[in-house]
Amino acid sequence: MDNLLILAFSAFILENIILSQFLGICPFIGVSTKRSNALGMGMAVLFVMLISSSVTWLLYKYVLELFSITYMRTIVFILVIASLVQMVEIFLKKVSPALYKALGIYLPLITTNCGVLGVAILNISKEHNFLEMVVYTTFIGLGFLFVIYIFSMIREKLEFSPVPKAFKGAPIALVVAAILAIIFSRFGGII
Amino acid sequence: MNNKDNFFKGIIKENPLFVSLLGMCPSLAVTTSFENALGMTMGVFFVLVLSNLLISLIMNNKKLAEMVKPVRIPVYIVVIATLVTIVEMVMHAFTPALYFSLGVFIPLIVVNCIILGRAEAFASDNKPVASLIDGAGMALGYGLAIMSISIFREFLGKGTLTIWGDLQLNLNFVFDFLKIEPIAMFVQPVGAFLTFGLILAAITAIANNHKNKLAKEVKNNG
Repeated sequence: MDNLLILAFSAFILENIILSQFLGICPFIGVSTKRSNALGMGMAVLFVMLISSSVTWLLYKYVLELFSITYMRTIVFILVIASLVQMVEIFLKKVSPALYKALGIYLPLITTNCGVLGVAILNISKEHNFLEMVVYTTFIGLGFLFVIYIFSMIREKLEFSPVPKAFKGAPIALVVAAILAIIFSRFGGII
Repeated sequence: MNNKDNFFKGIIKENPLFVSLLGMCPSLAVTTSFENALGMTMGVFFVLVLSNLLISLIMNNKKLAEMVKPVRIPVYIVVIATLVTIVEMVMHAFTPALYFSLGVFIPLIVVNCIILGRAEAFASDNKPVASLIDGAGMALGYGLAIMSISIFREFLGKGTLTIWGDLQLNLNFVFDFLKIEPIAMFVQPVGAFLTFGLILAAITAIANNHKNKLAKEVKNNG
């Protein structure tokens, strides 16, 4: 139990997917100009990450390892994730139009989010068992949601602040991310 | 467009990282040392050049192109993923240290937006030779960009420059001369965001300056 708690905490804060592992930077910079967009993107990533990590983990353990073709990992994972995102989209449209409306436009963008493939591969290379995989993925996803939401609140304020001309847009966003990264890295003392 | 322009546009005018902001994740993660950035550059170069060539060969063949058209994105992804797997295996076998320090970012070349972007935007409707040159220029532009970030980060953070393996330049005398320690922050995640942000701002400032100058010249002449 202790191990799982430590795993969850470090996935959420210390190994934060954006601020220390640099995965999913594109949506982090691109879709974080508004609070509602950031929330939608974060939820969609959490949702897809959990499903795709579970599927790829099972596939790796029970198909690729069984036939000892683990070198096919990259090809199989990216194809599974790409088709999974499509399936989730079709499924949501049919089953829950409300949820589809909220997440719909973010789903296609997620195929190219390196965070989803990244976490699927990290779960394999860290040799997590199924329970650890679920905990790790959930908290990595929550960490993404948390950071992108905070970041979007800051960026909403930034829009009305007098920023030097050269820093407008992406440069100031990156400097703000650097300050957030300092804050997150200091939580290391808790463990 | 002649071959020379085609090659050099990827390096400055349409630089994938500094102008189009594509492929940011690896550019922040692997720039802790020059060696890592160089290794990443070689991986991206191999994949981008060959994927552009192969995809352009497929799309220039009428019969194949017709077959592939409706499912072209999955086909591109399979081609790219195969090339990335080759890079992964070669690095694991010949440069294991580099393989472990780049870690998850080697398989993640698959989802690097530059590669799929060039396949869709250039290779799919251009001749094979032109696509090859475009791929080489873009990969080199990306490589130069991440190597320049890594030079700043490694020098400021550790006072060294690791070229390859044991070949390392020690530049600590600069810090000794100034009587300060290297700023360790720059090799931590914080430094990645900060360095990239500042370089981007500097480039924007230079570009703005250049634009103003051009506008003034046009005004004076007209």
